[in-house]
Amino acid sequence: MKALILVGGYGTRLRPLTLSVPKPLVEFCNKPILLHQVEALVQAGVDHVILAVSYMSELLEREMRVQEERLGIRISLSHEKEPLGTAGPLALARELLNVDNEPFFVLNSDVICEFPFKDLLQFHHSHGKEGTIVVTRVEEPSKYGVVVFEGDTGRIHRFVEKPQVFVSNKINAGIYIFNPSMLSRIQLRPTSIEKEIFPVMAEEGQLYTMELQGFWMDIGQPKDFLTGMCMYLQSVRQQAPERLRTGPGFLGNVLVDPTAQIGQHCTIGPNVTIGAGVVVEDGVRIKRCTVLRGARVRSHAWLESCIVGWSSSVGQWVRMENVTVLGEDVIVNDELYLNGANVLPHKSINESVPEPRIIM
Amino acid sequence: MLKAVILIGGPQKGTRFRPLSFEVPKPLFPVAGVPMLQHHIEACAKVPNMKEILLIGFYQPNEELTRFLFNAQQEFKISIRYLQEYAALGTGGGIYHFRDQIVSGSPEAFFVLNADVCSAFPLAEMLSFQKEHGEPNSFVILGTTANRKQSMNYGCIVENEETNEVLHYVEKPSTFVSDIINCGIYLFKPDIFQHIGAVFQKNQQDMLLNPYDGEEPTNGWHRAEAIRLEQDIFTALAGQGKLYVYKTLGFWSQIKSAGSAIYASRLYLNQYHTSHPERLASNKEGGPKISGNVYIHPTANIDPTAMLGPNVSIGTGVTIGAGVRVRESIILHGATLQDHCCVLNSIVGWDSTIGKWARVEGTPSDPNPNDPFAKIDSETLFREGKLTPSITILGCNVTIPSEVIILNSIVLPHKDLNRSFKNQIIL
Ligand SMILES: Nc1nc2c(ncn2[C@@H]2O[C@H](COP(=O)(O)OP(=O)(O)O)[C@@H](O)[C@H]2O)c(=O)[nH]1
Ligand SMILES: Nc1nc2c(ncn2[C@@H]2O[C@H](COP(=O)(O)OP(=O)(O)O)[C@@H](O)[C@H]2O)c(=O)[nH]1
Ligand SMILES: [Mg+2]
Ligand SMILES: [Mg+2]
Repeated sequence: MKALILVGGYGTRLRPLTLSVPKPLVEFCNKPILLHQVEALVQAGVDHVILAVSYMSELLEREMRVQEERLGIRISLSHEKEPLGTAGPLALARELLNVDNEPFFVLNSDVICEFPFKDLLQFHHSHGKEGTIVVTRVEEPSKYGVVVFEGDTGRIHRFVEKPQVFVSNKINAGIYIFNPSMLSRIQLRPTSIEKEIFPVMAEEGQLYTMELQGFWMDIGQPKDFLTGMCMYLQSVRQQAPERLRTGPGFLGNVLVDPTAQIGQHCTIGPNVTIGAGVVVEDGVRIKRCTVLRGARVRSHAWLESCIVGWSSSVGQWVRMENVTVLGEDVIVNDELYLNGANVLPHKSINESVPEPRIIM
Repeated sequence: MLKAVILIGGPQKGTRFRPLSFEVPKPLFPVAGVPMLQHHIEACAKVPNMKEILLIGFYQPNEELTRFLFNAQQEFKISIRYLQEYAALGTGGGIYHFRDQIVSGSPEAFFVLNADVCSAFPLAEMLSFQKEHGEPNSFVILGTTANRKQSMNYGCIVENEETNEVLHYVEKPSTFVSDIINCGIYLFKPDIFQHIGAVFQKNQQDMLLNPYDGEEPTNGWHRAEAIRLEQDIFTALAGQGKLYVYKTLGFWSQIKSAGSAIYASRLYLNQYHTSHPERLASNKEGGPKISGNVYIHPTANIDPTAMLGPNVSIGTGVTIGAGVRVRESIILHGATLQDHCCVLNSIVGWDSTIGKWARVEGTPSDPNPNDPFAKIDSETLFREGKLTPSITILGCNVTIPSEVIILNSIVLPHKDLNRSFKNQIIL
C-alpha cells in the first residue's frame, strides 16, 4: 500500500524551530513528527510513502534514506517546482500512486492522533466509494470548516466554512484514503483539495467520513504543538504507561529520553518531554514543555509552556513561560524572564523579555 | 563643642515611601542593614567634640524610636534625644522652636541633617571649610553637582566660584538655575537663630495684619513658627556674605521613594569596605554564595546553596531556602524565601513569605550610569495613568504562592496572593 504525506513548504508557523530543521524532522514527543505518521502507516501495511514537498532539503532526503533502511519500506520525495496546494501534489505523484488499483492514504504532515489507518481502510472498503476522510469533533466549530454528513452511513452532504449557526461539530482531520480513480479529478496545477475537489466528490456521493476516536491536534504552530504534546502523553499514559517516567520529582505524564540527565530536587511535570542528551540541573521546575535534544536547563530555572530548542541553554534562575520558543543553540543568560519570546537560532539573550515578542 | 540636629519629619511626610512607612517611621527603615538614621548618627558621632545629637520631628513618641535611641546612645556613647514639634514646623521652624535646647551648653556650631538623605556625610570637611572661608560666623551648605534636567528637583545654588559664597538660592526652580544642588546637610553657627527669628517676627506681624480667615494663605502655612530653611532663610541669606557652599564629590542621594532605598543601600554597602568591613558578608565554607556587597544579619538563617548579591541586605530572623537567588534587594526581618525562588530589585516586607520557584522582580530606577552627575528619579508612581515600572515592594506579612511571578508591583500589607501580578498595585 501507498501513502502520500503533504509536507509542503518551509513550515513557517513552526519557526524558529523550522529555521534549523525541516518541519517533518522536528521531534514531537521525542520522535520526528513525520515518523509518528510513517510508523503508523507501516503498521497498517503501507510499504511506499511519498512525501510531497515544495522545497528540497538535503537533511530530509538523507534522513529518509535512513528510515527506508530502518523500516524496510520505500520513501519517495515528490518535489514540486511551485507549491501545488493540497491537491496538486497528488497529480504530480500520479505515476507513483496509480501503479495498481489499491486505495492510498493521504495526510497532512502536522496532524497528530492515534492514527486509525487499519479501521480507515476497512471502512473505506465497506462503503466502496471513491474517498473517505477522517473527521474529528471540535468544541468551537465556528472557527473551522465543518463537515455535514449522514449520521448512519457517513456519507458527506456538504462542507461549511466557519459556520455562524451550528450545523456540525466535525471537522476534516487531514487524513484521507482514496481510490486511484479519484486522481482523474485533479490536474497538475495549484489546487485545494478541500475547496475544489471534496465538494464535487461529496456532490456525487463519492465521499464518506469516518469519525476519529481519541485525540487529534494540528501541531503546526508552537501553541498547538504543546497542546498536542499534552494529548499525546495522555494517550501514552493509557496505551503504554511504562514509557513514562515516574517517581519522586515527576508529576503527571512525563517522557524522558534515557540519555537525558535530571538533577536533584527538581520537579518535572505534568506534561513534559525531555529529549536525548538533555541536561537538567538541580532544583529545576518544568511543566508543560518540550526540551529538545542536547539542551541544558541550569539550576533553579522555572519553565512552563515552552519549547527549548536543540542545544540551547537556559540559565540559572531563568523564568520562561507563555509559549516561549527558543530556536537551536540559543543561550538565555542567568536570571532573565522570558514571557512569550520567540527566539531565533544562535542568539544569546542578555535582557528579559517581559512581553511576547520575536527576538531576531 | 558641637551638636547635630537631624530633621526626621513626621508621619504625614514620606508618602512616597508607602507601603513601607505604614509599619515603621521612614527614618528607621533599614538601609544597608541598619536604620536610615544610624548612618547619620555614626557620621555625627565620629566628629571630634560632638556632644549631642537631637532628632527633631513630629512623630508621636513610639516604641521603635525609643528603642532605637536607647540602643544608639549605648553604642555611640553620646547623648541622643528626640524633640517633638507640636505640629509640622518646617525645616527651619523646628530648630527655631527648640533653639534653647540646641544652644544650651554653648556649642560653637551645629550641623543640621535631613533624615532622608544618604551621604558620605563629610562633616569634618565642612568644619575645616568653614574655618577657611569668610567671616567666622558663616554658614555652610553641603552641595553636589547634578545634571541640568534633574537639578530643578532640588534646591539650586549659584556660587561665587572663587570664594564659594552662595550668591543665589532657589528651591526647586521651574527653569534651570544652577547644577549645584543642596544636599540637605548644613553647618550653622548659633546666630542662624537671629535670621530665623527675624522671619518669625515678620510672620507674626503679617498674621496680625492679615489674620487667618480660613482661606489658604499664599504660602500654605498658618503659623508664624512654620518656617522653611530653604525658601525663607537661604534665599534671603544668599549674597549677604554669610552663606557658603562646600561641594562634595562623595556619594549622595535622596531617599524619597522606596526604590531609592535600594540604591541608597548600594551606596552605603559600598562604603562599608572602608567604614565597616565587618558588616559585609563573604564567601565562607558552608555559607551561601556571595556576589558583591551583601549585608546579612547574624540571626538570618541561610541555606548554603542560596546565592546573594550584589546589593542585598538581609534582616533579622530571615529564612532563605535552598537554591534561592537574591539580587539588588532588601529583605526585611522575619521574611521567608522558600527554595528556588528568585528575588530581584525588590523589597520584601517584614514576615512575608515567598513560595518555591516564585519570582519577585522589579525594575530598578537607578540613575543613568553613564552620567556621573545623574541622581535617582523619585518621580510619581504613575505616568499617563499607568504604573511606571519600578521596584517591586511587598508590604508586611504578604504571602506569595509558589511558582508565580510578581513583576513591577506594589503589594499592600497582609495580602495573600493567589496568582501572578504584573505592573499593579495590589490593595
Ligand atoms: N506539497 C505541498 N503540501 C502543501 C502545500 N500547501 C499545503 N501543504 C500541506 O498540506 C497540509 C495542509 O495544509 P493547509 O491546508 O495549508 O493547512 P495548514 O495545516 O493550516 O497549513 C499541511 O501539511 C501543509 O504542509 C503545497 O503547496 N504543497
Ligand atoms: N522636624 C521636621 N522635619 C521636617 C519637616 N518638614 C520636613 N522635614 C524633614 O526635612 C527633610 C527635608 O524635607 P522636605 O524639605 O519636606 O523635602 P524635600 O524638599 O523634598 O527634600 C526631610 O528629612 C524631612 O523629614 C518638619 O516640619 N519638621
Ligand atoms: Mg497545518
Ligand atoms: Mg526641602
